[in-house]
Amino acid sequence: MAIPVIYNFRSVKARWTSAIVAVLGIAGTVGVFVAMLSLARGFKATLVSSGSADNAMVMRAGATSEMTGGVGIDAVKILQDAPGIARSSDGPLVTPEVVLVAPIPLISTGTDANVQIRGVSKNVLQIRNKVKIVEGRMFQPGLNEVVVGKNATKSYTGLTLGNTISLGNVRWLIVGIFDAGGSSFDSEVWADAHLLGPAYNRPDTFFQSVTVHLVSPDSLQQFKDAVTSDPRLNVDVTREIDYYSKQSTRLTTLITVLGGLIAAIMAIGAVFGALNTMYSAVAERGREIATMRALGFGGPSVVFSFVIEALLIAFVGGLLGCLVVLPLNGLTTGAMNLQTFSHLAFAFKITPELLVKGIIFALVMGFVGGLLPAVRAATRPVAQALREL
Amino acid sequence: MIRVDGRSDSPSLIRVRGLNKTYRRGGENIQVLQGLNLDVDQADFVAFMGPSGSGKTTLLNLLGGLDVPSAGSITVAGDEITHMSASKLTQWRARHVGFIFQMYNLIPVLTAFQNVELPLLLTKLSKSERRKHVETALGVVGLSDRMNHFPRQLSGGQEQRVTIARAIVSDPTFLLCDEPTGDLDRKSADEIMALIEELVGKYHKTVLMVTHDPVVAARAHTTLHLDKGVLVEAERKGVLVGGVA
Amino acid sequence: MKFNRFIFANLFRKKIRLILTIGSFAVALFLFTFLAVVRSAFSRGTELAGADRLVVINRAGLINVIPLSYRDKILQIKGVKAVTHNNWFGGVYQDEKNFFPQFVIDPENQRQVMTEMRVPDDEWNNFVKDRQGAVVGAGLAKRFGWKVGDRLPIKNALYGPTKTWEFVLDGIYHNDHPGGDESQFWLQWKYFDETIPAVIKSQVGWYVVKLDSPDDAVPVAAAIDKGFANSSTETKTETESAFAAGFAKQLGNIELLILTIGGVVFFTLLLVTGNTMAISVRERVGELAVLKAIGYPDRYVLFFVLSEALVIALIGGLIGLGLAVLAIPVVGAALRGLLPPLLLSVSVLSLGLAFAVFVGVASGLLPGIGAMRLRVVDALRRV
Repeated sequence: MAIPVIYNFRSVKARWTSAIVAVLGIAGTVGVFVAMLSLARGFKATLVSSGSADNAMVMRAGATSEMTGGVGIDAVKILQDAPGIARSSDGPLVTPEVVLVAPIPLISTGTDANVQIRGVSKNVLQIRNKVKIVEGRMFQPGLNEVVVGKNATKSYTGLTLGNTISLGNVRWLIVGIFDAGGSSFDSEVWADAHLLGPAYNRPDTFFQSVTVHLVSPDSLQQFKDAVTSDPRLNVDVTREIDYYSKQSTRLTTLITVLGGLIAAIMAIGAVFGALNTMYSAVAERGREIATMRALGFGGPSVVFSFVIEALLIAFVGGLLGCLVVLPLNGLTTGAMNLQTFSHLAFAFKITPELLVKGIIFALVMGFVGGLLPAVRAATRPVAQALREL
Repeated sequence: MIRVDGRSDSPSLIRVRGLNKTYRRGGENIQVLQGLNLDVDQADFVAFMGPSGSGKTTLLNLLGGLDVPSAGSITVAGDEITHMSASKLTQWRARHVGFIFQMYNLIPVLTAFQNVELPLLLTKLSKSERRKHVETALGVVGLSDRMNHFPRQLSGGQEQRVTIARAIVSDPTFLLCDEPTGDLDRKSADEIMALIEELVGKYHKTVLMVTHDPVVAARAHTTLHLDKGVLVEAERKGVLVGGVA
Repeated sequence: MKFNRFIFANLFRKKIRLILTIGSFAVALFLFTFLAVVRSAFSRGTELAGADRLVVINRAGLINVIPLSYRDKILQIKGVKAVTHNNWFGGVYQDEKNFFPQFVIDPENQRQVMTEMRVPDDEWNNFVKDRQGAVVGAGLAKRFGWKVGDRLPIKNALYGPTKTWEFVLDGIYHNDHPGGDESQFWLQWKYFDETIPAVIKSQVGWYVVKLDSPDDAVPVAAAIDKGFANSSTETKTETESAFAAGFAKQLGNIELLILTIGGVVFFTLLLVTGNTMAISVRERVGELAVLKAIGYPDRYVLFFVLSEALVIALIGGLIGLGLAVLAIPVVGAALRGLLPPLLLSVSVLSLGLAFAVFVGVASGLLPGIGAMRLRVVDALRRV
């Protein structure tokens, strides 16, 4: 015979001050849990969305990031004729790129951040087809012009349309703003690769990486086999999306490990809070419980009833925690990419799945916090409980 | 000599004059005591009776310095307590009043010995002096062999004896009892009353007691009835009532 | 004190509640310590930076090099005691996951500038003579179990075609500052400069300048930058701490994150213990009233409630700190390579204890004042 759940609702309402402690403890834990995961997820999503499945990146063999890569102009020429590369009317879709970081002050703190500067080819928008110019226009090849990502223009000082900035020993005019769909390119500044190297006293025949647009995602193997078997080349080929998801691992591991640890410790504290609340609930309602037992409700029903009550409290706490952190969704923050040491803007990403995880986490805490007190309530001898009060 | 007419000339131990107490309850003034007079001497034993709400407990609280009157004065052994500050009153209570409540009001986590010792912790007595006093008090109430028991290990009557020991341990000027036998069976109640009588007879303690039990009240020297906010002596009241009937 | 027994007897009234409340405190203090340690790990670079050192980098950014020829010009500036230079090597030992910073150093001047990083003289002399020698921090050596004499292959793709550079471990440095960096790998400038392609020879990553006095930092920095203004390679000179702080800031706002979590924990804890104390006072209203009736002054009642809260806080706090002392080395080992070494300092521990005492008192204050204000007459009627 089950004890009606309405009884638990009323009980929680009657002792709300004690319940609220447990609710807030669980809410805080769930809030931190969801916020940390959404931070890690946002960072990862930003990097992963930078890559696309039908692009391949070519770097010097053994290079771990674009920063450490190096591909000469001769190699680029060989690559352009490789099979599997998509072509447009003005030639193969290949962008040999120069990647640098330049110190530009953050608007928020005024301190320098390492902004990633990318020298690209003129057809880069056909290769990274998710990137769109949203204001102004694309730079003209051969001119000292740059286009700026939409997060870069918001995050760093002086990166506004029509402004000029100094990169290397040259001044550049900002002629356009691009939207890269929330990817890491949004934090970058793009210029003509042939001009960017010389501005930093580098030969214009030397690039860090080459990105090629494949005929289809399935063409990767064909392209890779051709390139890696060519004795004139000493390069590695990675699918662009794999390269970027690998880039995110260090920071996401750090956030996940640290966040997970903090959430775990907080969960222990929250379970203590829930136990305290439920034990005092059991103590205060000793007579009620004894009466119910005397009326014929069995031990299991009492356990069930108290566990339901703890779950109820936990659910409210979990919900509250989720609601509190929900406004973080989409909030942009900056962090350093620990692989390239360049600064990157990204947004907290709170998905429904993450919220569900948060609620489940809360319910687990509630269950652990409710079970022992419930068992105690059910196993106390009825006669003794009645006499004590 | 116990008097309620306020005309005593000799300086009595407890002297109450024109005591008024008004409560506000639900926007209405309720006058509980109205110009009450009382004189009690050393080693007197008084019982207060009266129906619920007649002001018995209010009177006891005022006499014990737990509450302040709206008007009037209470003088105990020459000290007027009605104008004392709260902290002064606290000190005065510690020295002059021994309380015995209906609910035994012992601290459940302390042993009988430790409960009785509580009032003495406020004094400058040394540990051995305290021990001596506590043992004496527990001896008086006949619980020398139960010193290290916790309240839950004692019977109701024994618990009340511990309360009495706690009340007398600091050798107060007078004892206030609020329904001291309220929760006890007849046999235990008799024993407690015998103990209180002994305190009065043998140790010359002054005892003021509130009760609704006529059998208990009969053991006091005098029974006073609270009637319309003043005290009336039982015999006279009895005569009056009898006369009307 | 004569009231000890009374206070302790009250503490053990509800054992489960006592354990849970102490447990909450222990958890909170553990977390507090953990967060404080993580925070200090992130900001340690700034805290331990030499006040008498400047870092000179290429104005166009750290990844751009500076000519080696600048060295002599910097040395001529008044107030400069010594100059050394470094390059970022950026190699990989066995696997990319084994990240640690590798610096090309100038053996002639390294020890004059980086005075806190100590290498035994015999080891250092071997290193100076050994073109392919390497010196590593004690922490790094421990992480990979390296011993002096070990051969260390490091793969590098940054300078010319990818190749494996062979090193011999000649020495191990220790940092004078507790918790200071002991995770670097040093290789010789000569070996580096001779091996890299001709086009990038004689270029250093950055200079580190040791000053005669920390007071000269601003004028010397200005003098260095002015000396190279309008040249093909302009410089940017900052104190070492400003340089470290700039780097740390880019990591993201760790400070805010930690303060937010800390705030949530603090608030929750205050609520949990405050509620516990309030419940336990509520349960004993009658007893407290009796105490007051028999002559206990109000301040004693407050004292009893506060002492109880404080004892819980102290016991819980000490357990939490004890757990932190045990666990932080383990956690630090798990996060190695991701975070600077986690170091538990006496100041963090004492701050934690102060925090526990503060929460203890704060949580007992409200119920304590309530108990103090309690009117005996009302309380006895309620019973």
